[in-house]
Amino acid sequence: MDRRKFISLLTGTAAIGVVGKLGFEITAKSEIIKNADKNLDGKRWAMAIDLFKLKKENTYLSCIEACHQAHNVPDILDKNHEIKWIWREKYKHAFIEQEHKNLPDKITTLPVLLLCNHCDRPPCVNVCPTQATWRRNDGIVMMDWHRCIGCRYCIAACPYGSRSFNFVEPKPLIHNITDEFPARTRGVVEKCTFCAEYIVKGEYTKPPDCVSASKGAIVFGNLNDKTSEVYKILTSKFSIRRKPELSTEPEVYYIIEGEEV
Amino acid sequence: MNDRWKIIIGIIIFIIIFTIPLWLNIANKVDTDVPELVLPLGYTECIASTEYMRAYHMDILDEWRDKVVRQDVRMFNFKGEILEMSLSKTCMKCHDNKQNFCDRCHNYFGVHPYCWDCHTAPEEIKKKFATKENLKLLNDNTNNSDKEGR
Repeated sequence: MDRRKFISLLTGTAAIGVVGKLGFEITAKSEIIKNADKNLDGKRWAMAIDLFKLKKENTYLSCIEACHQAHNVPDILDKNHEIKWIWREKYKHAFIEQEHKNLPDKITTLPVLLLCNHCDRPPCVNVCPTQATWRRNDGIVMMDWHRCIGCRYCIAACPYGSRSFNFVEPKPLIHNITDEFPARTRGVVEKCTFCAEYIVKGEYTKPPDCVSASKGAIVFGNLNDKTSEVYKILTSKFSIRRKPELSTEPEVYYIIEGEEV
Repeated sequence: MNDRWKIIIGIIIFIIIFTIPLWLNIANKVDTDVPELVLPLGYTECIASTEYMRAYHMDILDEWRDKVVRQDVRMFNFKGEILEMSLSKTCMKCHDNKQNFCDRCHNYFGVHPYCWDCHTAPEEIKKKFATKENLKLLNDNTNNSDKEGR
């Protein structure tokens, strides 16, 4: 074999190797998507919010109150520093891509309750450098405030604005502080945890606080269980999710079908 | 050996400087007795022996933290009684006075655990500092002090 043939053989093999590896990486499922599809506990907690029922008697206000009271969320009046676990938003802000100017008033005036979507493919989990936030096997995107270093990568990554940062010491600003749930300190990020503290041995001992306060407007349950209420509602009524095009697979569904108010 | 006295005086000065905290404490009459802890009334035993709790309570709390937050194990069995692994809901229900129990020892040893940055002590529950009325005032104060701090 002469020198010329040897070199072309060498570069040819290298080229095949590089192309093959790239092709393999593209076709192979990424780790995140694999994790999203796998569910070790056979559970997938999910929430369906009926917006028409929520509007009745301003039910959404008691949902927010119940959640923030139970979880020691401070009442910070400064909008730059406020902490939100569950909050009200206008329809056109909650569903930007599904809004147009000719929508009926009964839709655009609906109050929308926003909270952490507990995505199947949570971007916040990917960016957290300390694994202070992670996806549990039952689908809940959980937080460990002991580990949070306050880098706020997750706030930047979350497309839903579900996370708040404690810019000021929150403890003195908590109304009726409770010892049933810890408060947070300055410099950590916080968000809704789907009331994971009520789960004992994989089952909720009581439903999340917003669900209890919602007078039936919010349905919560295991979406993998075909007999659960949330599964029945989602398979019988029309529902939408926030920013589905991002394929984060949110697990909070909004039902906009039902009786008018 | 002409420098003998210089060396001896140097050593004496060194010893005085080295032991100065002791002399200052004696001069200021700092109480160096081991603190008396106020034990909860009506309870005879903790979840482990006093010696073990004194030495390893922080390890127990660390273990509880990891189990509750990350492994979803919330309850433990203490002599047939199912208890929650919780600092404020289990420990502090008996030891209901942080100042006379936790703080006395921690202050004596000069340790500053940050448990209470987030977890609520029984005293804080009783105080309930933020009411709807003073919330606006508290908010203003916090924001002002925050701006000054920068």
